[in-house]
Amino acid sequence: MRSADRSVRRLPPVGGRRIVAAMAVSELPGTFGHRHLLGIEGLQPFEIQHLLDRADSYVEIGRQADKKLAILRGRTQINLFFESSTRTRTSFELAGKRLSADVVNMSVGSSSIKKGETLIDTAMTLNAMHPDVLVARHQDSGAVALLARHVNCAVINAGDGSHEHPTQALLDALTIRRRKGRIEGLTIAICGDVMHSRVARSNILLLTAMGARVRLVAPRTLLPAAVERYGVEVHHEMKSGLKDADIVMMLRLQTERMQGSFVPSVREYFHLFGLTYAKLEAARPDALIMHPGPMNRGVEIAGDVADDINRSAILDQVELGVAVRMACLETLTRELRAAA
Amino acid sequence: MRRRAIIGVRLLDPGSGLDAPGGVVIEDERIADFGPHLHAARLEDADVVDGRGACLAPGLVDIRVQLGEPGAEHKETYASGTAAAAAGGVTSFACLPNTAPPIDDPAMVEFVARRARQLKRAKVYPYGAITRGCAGRDLAELALLREAGAVGFTDGDRALADSLVMRRAMAYASVIDGPIIQHPEDPALAEGGVMNEGEVATRLGLAGIPAQAEVIMIERDLRLVELTGCRYHVARISTGAAVEAVRRAKASGLPVTAEAAPHHFALNELEVEGYRTFAKTSPPLRTEDDRRAVVAGLADGTIDVIASDHCPQDQDSKRLPFAQAEFGVVGLETLLPISLQLVHDGVMSLLAVLDRLTCTPADLLGLEAGRLRKGAPADLILFDPEAPWKIREEDLRSLSKNTPFDGRLVQGKVLCTLVDGRTIYDDGRLAPADQAR
Repeated sequence: MRSADRSVRRLPPVGGRRIVAAMAVSELPGTFGHRHLLGIEGLQPFEIQHLLDRADSYVEIGRQADKKLAILRGRTQINLFFESSTRTRTSFELAGKRLSADVVNMSVGSSSIKKGETLIDTAMTLNAMHPDVLVARHQDSGAVALLARHVNCAVINAGDGSHEHPTQALLDALTIRRRKGRIEGLTIAICGDVMHSRVARSNILLLTAMGARVRLVAPRTLLPAAVERYGVEVHHEMKSGLKDADIVMMLRLQTERMQGSFVPSVREYFHLFGLTYAKLEAARPDALIMHPGPMNRGVEIAGDVADDINRSAILDQVELGVAVRMACLETLTRELRAAA
Repeated sequence: MRRRAIIGVRLLDPGSGLDAPGGVVIEDERIADFGPHLHAARLEDADVVDGRGACLAPGLVDIRVQLGEPGAEHKETYASGTAAAAAGGVTSFACLPNTAPPIDDPAMVEFVARRARQLKRAKVYPYGAITRGCAGRDLAELALLREAGAVGFTDGDRALADSLVMRRAMAYASVIDGPIIQHPEDPALAEGGVMNEGEVATRLGLAGIPAQAEVIMIERDLRLVELTGCRYHVARISTGAAVEAVRRAKASGLPVTAEAAPHHFALNELEVEGYRTFAKTSPPLRTEDDRRAVVAGLADGTIDVIASDHCPQDQDSKRLPFAQAEFGVVGLETLLPISLQLVHDGVMSLLAVLDRLTCTPADLLGLEAGRLRKGAPADLILFDPEAPWKIREEDLRSLSKNTPFDGRLVQGKVLCTLVDGRTIYDDGRLAPADQAR
């Protein structure tokens, strides 16, 4: 008997207050098999499935009056954000608190970098405080993986440079699954600034792994090199890109990561790639609109489309984000708790 | 007069094509005689050493080495750099001018020459900067630098991007007869890039440097070579397109030469996987197709020279997120074994590889080195081309340990290094600086 199996059984009812809907959750053959969650790359479809099932079971808890589970009681979670973030940090904080972890936020900005401390020094300093989970975001690709090599706890990548943002992809997948009942076979158009987007990379990996048909729709200046090798269709205009799409996933134009001019003007970008009802005509009538936020209204998406409660799943994404992060926190600390 | 002899060796002289058993006699600092006729019976008056079948070749001539002195002595000093050279079989090397302060003034050239003389290890030849401060705008005093001993002109790790400045530098240098050496990379296209552009960079979320940045700079420079007739050398070529551009230019008779670094013919961009900053080089490690093209270029002579592109970086410059880490790898001590891989792979003959490492680079910079010749300085190495060993960073003599070859199993080991007839490295032991026998 592997330790994780025991911990899975230990999970449910806490304090006898209510039932955690863990019955239908897919079981893993053994442990989760990953110490950290640094990206979607390296996750098997059944592992993604498991995380999504877990997250699904936490959705209801967030809707109850009493939102607290005791799963991470006594555990310390440090949120280390080198890059400003409101929603992701809040989401991770809420997820940790709903699982009863002691959550500490460190918004480093660039202040300690200015003081000359290197990332590895920061990692070792935090490690000496014995956290159980470290949630980290950094402006450089690979920085969270570097951090993970110098700490003894589980690390969750909350976004590293233009590399990956795995919990965003998981929450997007959960949103799609709950609204459409499946991921496999859907046509999903990811539109906009793919080049600078870690959300796009994680989503491409996850959605193609789960059997969706993924299209990228972007001006050529905002597509990374050789992206067609990732098993996606590439389009350079919205009409063909959105044709018969089940999901339209808009990306934020990330001007803060851009060196020089990638598009001539915001006006022209909106004209060509901004999501409007007119462009949405090409998609399926029940096509769902998603956006990882924060939105630039009038840049990549028209305000009225974003606010359309029948079409837009943007607020669902935010809600499910907490559940997904609870699932990730719980899964990665499972062996730790089993050992305790 | 002191006479020494090394007998029982396989003499290798790529310049003359000699590959025969024999010996060599050294009188004072120079080669007095060499050849198959030399054996113990005829050398009773000399100090005779039996080479036991090892290969004896001219010492290696490495035309691209970055030292940290002055300005970054924590990365590499003349003492540590020449120690690494001795262990790597390098008896002469040219060092880049992008130090702090840069070698853009005749006094700095003399500083380098004096530091190297004091150490009495490898001979160090400085390059002069093309432009003041290697900044790419105003010409440095090329003629005065040349008179002071600069062997060529380069702005080091910076491309000279301004076409007008390059045209004038070439026109001016063509009369002084110092080659212009370019770091071939269009800085605008490469801006912000940290690795080769392509599938791997896309997956890792790292900004790419397209292969075109290299060939564009070379193609432009070749037009200016046509215009000025200047001798032009392409430093560490990394892409197939650039190799082809040089091949065509040579066919049309332009005075162009090119060099490749071991990491560009032994490694490809996959080394960067896992954000390994020790594989962050400038130019970046390229695709497997590019790597093969560099090997083919070396084999057919399009690429004239193998240089280590030794670029020491301390831990604090490398233990960083990939984008923040410095470029560069150390290479003096791994130059020979990695190059010999080309022989073991059957791509090139032993003499051809030695040609790229000795006489051709020496001739390029006009150095009295790189050949077995009576009267030439006795800068020699003894090596075993087959001896297997494992490269370990902790064994490196360089102050910085940033090798991408750590843990690699290689064949080919330097046994002994002589500079001006003095043994400066013998069987893993380094002669103390300035006290070499």
